[in-house]
Amino acid sequence: MEGAVLRLEGIRAGYGDFQALFDVGLTVSPGEAVGVVGPNGAGKTTLLRVISGMLRPKAGTARFGETDIAATPAHVLPAVGIAHVPENRRLFPHLTVEENLKVGAYIPAARKRFAERCAYVYDMFPRLKERRHQLAGTMSGGEQQMCAIGRALMCSPRILLLDEPSAGLAPLVVAQVFELVLRIRGEGLTVLIVEQNVAQVLRVVDRAYVLDAGHVVAEGTSAALAADPAIRSAFLGGH
Amino acid sequence: MDPFLLEAIVNGILLGGVFALPVLGLNLVFGVVDVVWLCYAELVMVGMYCVWFLYTQAGFPLALAFLTCLPVVGLLGLLLHQLVVRPLLNSPPITQVLATGGVIFVLQGSAMLAFGTDFRSLGVEMPPIEVQDIFISGTKLVAFVAALLGAGALWTFLKFTYVGTAIRAIARDREVMPLMGVDPKRIYMVASAIGGGLAGLAACLLVVQLDVHPYIGLSFGPITFMICVMGGLGNMLGGFLAAFLMGVIVSTGGFWWNTEMSYVVAFACFIVVMFARPRGLFAR
Amino acid sequence: MIRVAIAVFAVLAVLPLLGLPDYFMHLGIATLLVALSCTGWALMGRFGLVSFGHGAFIGIAAYTMALLWNDVGLSPWIGLPAGVALAVAAAALLAYPCFRLRVVGHYFALVTLAAGEIVRILIVALRDHTGGSLGMTPRLAPDHAVVAMQFGKQGFWWIALVAWGIGIFAWWRVDRSMSARALSAIGEDEDAAAAVGIRVTREKMAITLLSAGLAALGGALGAQYRLYLNPETLAGIGVSLQIVFGALAGGMYSMLGPTVGAAFTTALEEILRVAFGTAFIGAAPLIYGILLVLFIQFLPRGIVGWFDRRR
Repeated sequence: MEGAVLRLEGIRAGYGDFQALFDVGLTVSPGEAVGVVGPNGAGKTTLLRVISGMLRPKAGTARFGETDIAATPAHVLPAVGIAHVPENRRLFPHLTVEENLKVGAYIPAARKRFAERCAYVYDMFPRLKERRHQLAGTMSGGEQQMCAIGRALMCSPRILLLDEPSAGLAPLVVAQVFELVLRIRGEGLTVLIVEQNVAQVLRVVDRAYVLDAGHVVAEGTSAALAADPAIRSAFLGGH
Repeated sequence: MDPFLLEAIVNGILLGGVFALPVLGLNLVFGVVDVVWLCYAELVMVGMYCVWFLYTQAGFPLALAFLTCLPVVGLLGLLLHQLVVRPLLNSPPITQVLATGGVIFVLQGSAMLAFGTDFRSLGVEMPPIEVQDIFISGTKLVAFVAALLGAGALWTFLKFTYVGTAIRAIARDREVMPLMGVDPKRIYMVASAIGGGLAGLAACLLVVQLDVHPYIGLSFGPITFMICVMGGLGNMLGGFLAAFLMGVIVSTGGFWWNTEMSYVVAFACFIVVMFARPRGLFAR
Repeated sequence: MIRVAIAVFAVLAVLPLLGLPDYFMHLGIATLLVALSCTGWALMGRFGLVSFGHGAFIGIAAYTMALLWNDVGLSPWIGLPAGVALAVAAAALLAYPCFRLRVVGHYFALVTLAAGEIVRILIVALRDHTGGSLGMTPRLAPDHAVVAMQFGKQGFWWIALVAWGIGIFAWWRVDRSMSARALSAIGEDEDAAAAVGIRVTREKMAITLLSAGLAALGGALGAQYRLYLNPETLAGIGVSLQIVFGALAGGMYSMLGPTVGAAFTTALEEILRVAFGTAFIGAAPLIYGILLVLFIQFLPRGIVGWFDRRR
């Protein structure tokens, strides 16, 4: 599939009376890897939910290629090419690894290519292949993360949204996860990662936005952001 | 072992097979849509009337009457969801349950209007089968086998198809389903239709054993709920096992006292189980 | 609301003196007693404690009262409190383990449904005493009408009115008490409520016993008035659901809501009965059911709730 540009402009979104995002805009071009960083509660997860259709914005535009995201039902977006790996993985713990992947391949186009995509995912995550008939809920955090990413890849997405992939994982595992992201990236897939672990994510993305209390407060290449003293002190602590 | 007691136990297991289908249907709908169809027994009643009508009034062969009943009640299940449940999906759970309770009157009233209050019999009789001194009800045995087949078909569907796997998934995490391209509304519809279909299958099994009348739902409805709750609401396997357990309790209770008291015992057992395991014997 | 209730009470107290036809007296008594049961049920229902088994309490109270009179000669004036006490005890027996073991929501509703069915089946099973499905009648004693609590419509009107008043009074007191807030909190989040120091089980038990007692009183008086008991109309899922629907249709969150609902459902049943009579059997429940579903879909807070919103 051809690449498409993800473009958000002036997004306002929230939950009930609580507004989480104020005039947020971002762009992700095909093949890019972009990060969204910021402290807890900045609205990073809300942002991804707007993109994957789980939350309707109150104002602003969100387009992926030709598709108006806000006007499309959420369950249609995977067919359009948007895959979202939610915060905390959200696997189906009572289903096996392979069954989780199967749900990931629900859309008709993916069903046709199930065997092929399965092979691709198992190739990328050999540990998943070993555990293909194991209940997803019994796996370790890192394995679950791989399974969640694998599940999202089953529909051959054009853009992969990753919500805090490092959450709750040991540092060694976190490093492995980001290695994987690099690899996925290397195969040409567009990636948008939301992360609190700024140091790690800046190593794998080209550009990043900094989100704080629902506002985009900074934007730039990862090199520029990593070098910026304000960013360093706010997020990188003593690193 | 006293052959009569053995007979009661065997018949109890067979009875459990009959309970199992409505229990599976109720648990399926509850697990997916999160609503208890209070009127489930009345859906079965409609199915029973359907078979009776087609066979005795419209001259259908029995097998065809059975086959027609399944999609008819399946459609009824779907309509129940679309017209009654769906508008209330964002309301407190109890209003959803009560709305299906209202449908009880709708279905009972409709049955009365259409067929009157007389008891209707299918007129099909199967002789008891004798196995080593104990008599097994022939109709119950056939019902049992059919129930197992139905349960098996359901299991196969849930285990191996995409929609079935999605149904199993949505029971645990509804919110995340659209991310994989699954439209929850569609899944609810499928689950409701299958729930109705299972009620239809149960109807086929029951109509050969019982005479149908508009209030027949009241005789097996409450116990079906008991079984579901005993097995853990939404737990298909738990409900399935609990059905057989209840069947044996009712049957052996009937052996020791009489049929009526056996139901009292069964209900009392249910209450005791609830206190011992508030989430059901095999809770999710 | 209490002022409205008092006004209604006053009007109703005076009404029979104006010479109402027997038919309306009959409907009025029936409505007041059903309203009492609905109000009792709603005391639990409004806090999320939904019971499908209030028929159990009604059945226990009514049959106890009737059997004590028929078999032992004990006046219903004593038999009624005895029956209600027994019903309340049964409620305690059922509710305490439920609440201690956190049987809530759907599970609680279905446990109560089982209880209602148990009572119904027991009544049928003990047919030698209770007459089973055919029902029973209290022994008629026209010479000792007062002792036997066998008044005509005039007498029963005031009994029903006072009983209804008790129910409204109970609601009023609950509303003004800390219990209402406690139960509200429990309804929202039981754990949080417990954490704040609310005695969850105790509060739930108290409201349940009150609810069961009021419902039982209403039902038992109804049976005494009609001089007829039947397990189908006094226990089991049928009567339990009718009480629930009455409370819901009128609005279970307000003091007079269940009363309005009881009046509505009684009137509806009468209209349907008169309209269809013996023809078109089934049309009445059909229409009743459709209206119920529509009510739940469009008037979830009942008739009173709808008016409240518009104000």
